[in-house]
Amino acid sequence: MAILSTPSTGIVKAFRMDNCVAVPMADIPLCHEDDFRRCVMQCHEDGARLVALFMPEPSELMAVLSADESGELAVVRAKIGNSFSSLTAELPSAQAFEREIQEAHGVRPEGHPWPKPLRRHADLEEPASPESAHSFFAVQGSGIHEVAVGPVHAGVIEPGHFRFQCAGETVLHLEIQLGYQHRGVEAALRNAAPGSRISVAESIAGDTSIGHGLAHTGAMEALAGVEPPLRAQALIGIALELERLSNHVGDLGALCNDVAFLPGAAWLGRIRGDFLNSLLDLSGNRLGRGFLCPGGIRFDPDDTCRKSILKKLNAADKDLQHVLDVVFRAPTVVSRFEQTGKLSRALADTLGLVGPAARACGCDRDVRRDHPSGIFRFAQIPVTVNDAGDVMARAFTRAVETRRSMRFLREQLELLPPGPIAVTMPALLPDHFVVSLTEGWRGEIVHMAMTDSRGALVFYKVVDPSFHNWLGLAMAMRGQLISDFPLCNKSFNLSYAGHDL
Amino acid sequence: MTNVLLERLRQGNRTSRFPRKAPDFPPSYRGRPLLFPSRCTSGCRGCEEVCPTRAVHAEPLRLDLGACLFCGRCEEACPAEAIVFSPDHRLSVSKREDLMLSAEKEFSLAGALDAKMKSLLGRSLKLRQVSAGGCNACEVEVAVLGIVVYDLGRFGIQYVASPRHADGILITGPVTKNMVHALRETYAAVPPPKLVIAVGACALSGGLFANTGETLAGVPDDIRVDLFIPGCPPHPFTLLDGYLRLLGKIDQKMDKRFRDAVSSSPASR
Repeated sequence: MAILSTPSTGIVKAFRMDNCVAVPMADIPLCHEDDFRRCVMQCHEDGARLVALFMPEPSELMAVLSADESGELAVVRAKIGNSFSSLTAELPSAQAFEREIQEAHGVRPEGHPWPKPLRRHADLEEPASPESAHSFFAVQGSGIHEVAVGPVHAGVIEPGHFRFQCAGETVLHLEIQLGYQHRGVEAALRNAAPGSRISVAESIAGDTSIGHGLAHTGAMEALAGVEPPLRAQALIGIALELERLSNHVGDLGALCNDVAFLPGAAWLGRIRGDFLNSLLDLSGNRLGRGFLCPGGIRFDPDDTCRKSILKKLNAADKDLQHVLDVVFRAPTVVSRFEQTGKLSRALADTLGLVGPAARACGCDRDVRRDHPSGIFRFAQIPVTVNDAGDVMARAFTRAVETRRSMRFLREQLELLPPGPIAVTMPALLPDHFVVSLTEGWRGEIVHMAMTDSRGALVFYKVVDPSFHNWLGLAMAMRGQLISDFPLCNKSFNLSYAGHDL
Repeated sequence: MTNVLLERLRQGNRTSRFPRKAPDFPPSYRGRPLLFPSRCTSGCRGCEEVCPTRAVHAEPLRLDLGACLFCGRCEEACPAEAIVFSPDHRLSVSKREDLMLSAEKEFSLAGALDAKMKSLLGRSLKLRQVSAGGCNACEVEVAVLGIVVYDLGRFGIQYVASPRHADGILITGPVTKNMVHALRETYAAVPPPKLVIAVGACALSGGLFANTGETLAGVPDDIRVDLFIPGCPPHPFTLLDGYLRLLGKIDQKMDKRFRDAVSSSPASR
């Protein structure tokens, strides 16, 4: 309960919340900006991690922090004017959030070291002048050269711009400029009919349809004061782990491809399909779209479907173990993966990394254990932590996670509880606020929502794990050979659409 | 090295026999929706009300496949089975208006390119993919055609790194304002004559993001589309079927086999 104790330097306490439990907005104390800063920093010193920083209403700043060890969420909110004093210098994990606030609300984070637009709303047709807000950080000196890549990349991949400052083959600095995928997701979520919001949530990051869908339904159910029946909870957990398996296996295949170990790439690419096709069995869509709805799920698998998925999983598991055994023994793989793109635990903590990228640096955090909701309150999956922080650690973390998810899937599919699959959704509680966390395959997904006095949704905020992790990739590239960028990039495999919203 | 070869033997040949054999779909799969307006209860607008992209129009019953997410909510909401999702994976068309489904009009699948274009392409088709606000759902399904199961290369089709090497571009996403410039530049960089394939509800109509003010609600008019492939995202076999139709590689015998598979599928309701 460390984070809830009175901070030694002030009198303001953080308000305690739990994952997927709505609280009346009025219960969250509104403090002065100076106290806000003191309180956030105190929570951070006590070991809490910044989950989100945003403006729920004009002239109001709110921070959500997570004390992973005690499984608590802390919320601090303050009244602010046209600017506020930036936290970034002391709390670097706030950097992207503050840039987002400046861009979306015109509220200045005073003292931010790099207050550049995050999603580049400005007209792209205008060439960026060196003085403009869009200019890139540049390294000066003889022999220094710059490499610009994107937004259209070489592969079938989303757009983003990468600007490398190099000395010969060595990358001194990488700046990643995103925003090309900005579609207005949060506005679309607020404005959609209540029944259609889930479709928007499923499209935040297409490869994480279940993860974002679940973060959304979790928020809506909490605001309505209901929870899905046990059978639905189990099936939602199954869908979430199938999504994790398909992406982890796909990533391992793509990593093999990037070091030209083509047999591994071919086999793993094929095995990934078994998990996607299991989601197809469950939901009628290979990415699991249409499976979730607020209150539960839409399709109840019969016994034939359940058995068909189990059969697919058993076959895929066997193939996967054989292939991983070959992959992690191949000298060509090991020599390229090891010591490439290394990040220290300290840096990962400073940047606030989440998901497998953080766990591969030794950060012991996983929403499924730290803030469990749904089936994960009853069935635990051990958290995979590795401490090397290189491409090998990120690959190996995924490999171990696939094993553990597979065990969970077998257990759940063999003992699927009977009963209904959804509850009716009542109206949302008025003037309530909720934080909904889900451990997607990339890491912590956060959806936050607030209702007005009539119970209508007035605020909706999404934080994709990529929002934290893109800077991790940039830092992992420092001192690396530029030719290792594709490999490092794939070892993070971050979402552009999830970041850009 | 030996273990790699042994594993290669163990893994065997996993390439599907498509298009010579129709693909298998589980009963849950939602392919092309069929409309039966005669079953409609007058005044009921259930299907229209639940559609997340307003793709359905109740009276007269119409469905814009270009905006359809294939979520099945209209089918679920209909008390009279006037909309039924069939297991037919064939969805690609050559003209945007062919995606406006109605009971009176036969669904008209995409035709092959003209003889001149086909002879220019020879036995190869190189595509440059551009994601313009796509959420990475269409992108992953477009990319997955490269794996051994679909093995795009056996049809002479390949995704290439540069528009200069491409015969055309394949567009996904609702075309965000932030990407339209890069999309037009990429299109301009493809040497003519060039093909354009638009994939997914977003590229075809803006999908869920048509009215956010941040997108152009799909591929803009100055980029002429030759092949429209609907879905959210389309199944890989839907994509492959579309590419092969464009190249004239789906013959009547194959098409008949697909039709027979649809009518005998457990998913046919």
